[in-house]
Amino acid sequence: MSDHSPQAIRAEALESLLVEQGLISEAAVDETIALFNDRVGPLNGALVVARAWTDPAFRQALLEDATAAIEPFDFKGGEVQRLVVVENTPEIHNVVVCTLCSCYPWALLGLPPTWYKDPAYRSRIVREPRKVLSEFGLEVSADKEVRVWDSSAEVRYLVLPERPPGTEDLDVEALSALVPREAMIGVAVL
Amino acid sequence: MDSMHDLGGRQGFGEVQPEEDEPVFHHRWEACVYTLVNQMMGRGVIRNVDQFRHAIERIEPRAYLGHGYYGRWLGGLENLLTESGVLDPARLELLVKEKGGRVDDLVAARPSPEPDRVPPTESAGAGRAVTDAPRFSVGQPVRTRATSVSTHTRLPAYARGRLGRIVSLQGGWVFPDTNAHGRGENPQHLYCVRFSGEELWGDEAEPGQSVHLDLFESYLAALDTPSVEEPEQKEPENE
Repeated sequence: MSDHSPQAIRAEALESLLVEQGLISEAAVDETIALFNDRVGPLNGALVVARAWTDPAFRQALLEDATAAIEPFDFKGGEVQRLVVVENTPEIHNVVVCTLCSCYPWALLGLPPTWYKDPAYRSRIVREPRKVLSEFGLEVSADKEVRVWDSSAEVRYLVLPERPPGTEDLDVEALSALVPREAMIGVAVL
Repeated sequence: MDSMHDLGGRQGFGEVQPEEDEPVFHHRWEACVYTLVNQMMGRGVIRNVDQFRHAIERIEPRAYLGHGYYGRWLGGLENLLTESGVLDPARLELLVKEKGGRVDDLVAARPSPEPDRVPPTESAGAGRAVTDAPRFSVGQPVRTRATSVSTHTRLPAYARGRLGRIVSLQGGWVFPDTNAHGRGENPQHLYCVRFSGEELWGDEAEPGQSVHLDLFESYLAALDTPSVEEPEQKEPENE
């Protein structure tokens, strides 16, 4: 993981100084790396999606007040203060962005991928969403509406993808393993 | 602030480039910056998230576009550490030089010689009760502020001076535009506002497209007179 870019050098110098000043321990960085490396299993968001697919009452609660609906899950890691779940339907496709920085539902999806935070996605998804989605391999038919959600405040958005056919016999655990984060951001469907 | 961070609608950036099986951190230094920011927020050296976001918005513009996500965080972090007196920039420069940094390397940080004084935040989270009733209601057409500001703001340039429709009320929140600068929390009502593609991008807009933004009450105004044209929009079905 070594890197000799100017940013790497500067970050390491800053770390040394702050360790010297007693403001941070060296172990803290290793703990961060371990925390993210040890994460296994489907994302929290996938569990929510799978539950919504199999439990109509939960799905309704999720669409009405997602913040309250996910509270019993007690997800940790990057507090989502207000969550809105937007549902894909045969008529509507949803996709999420933060054009101003990188706001993302951390507690549900972990840390965002680099592409989500980079200028190309942030600049283009609000202006030409269908084109960007087709570059991801997703063609949205012309008769469907595309709704872009720009996370400009503390509300966080999660896309509820349509359940794929042929999954009727799968339980919540098996279903959640099918849901990649791209589908919950809205750049993929299942 | 009209700096590089306000990217919505900008052209020329080319294809989105996802990395397959991307690690959370590509290099140790990224994990280091992430940890430092979290620790400095926990210790209250970084006073609130609005201040931190604005500190990133203030970095050198070419660094904003070229240094990557954690390079931007590094610049914002260094801004605040220097401005708060925690970091001695001369000591940092010396250490950077010792570690092989070159004098002409572009540095993202641009600490202000007259930084804002931002008080510590008492509460966790940004949700706040707002005593005044909301000015706008669901379904109401509104126009966004047309002017630019030099402060932190969460109204993107691409949505300035545009006609939208209130989709939902999102509760009361700390107002970032003042909170970032230590000018008070000034909680306001927040609204989800929908804009048609045509309203934002004109004739070039893709068909059947809308953009939704969460906007503070002071970014919005009611339409002046009944004769002002309202935007032609399909009514949202599952809000």
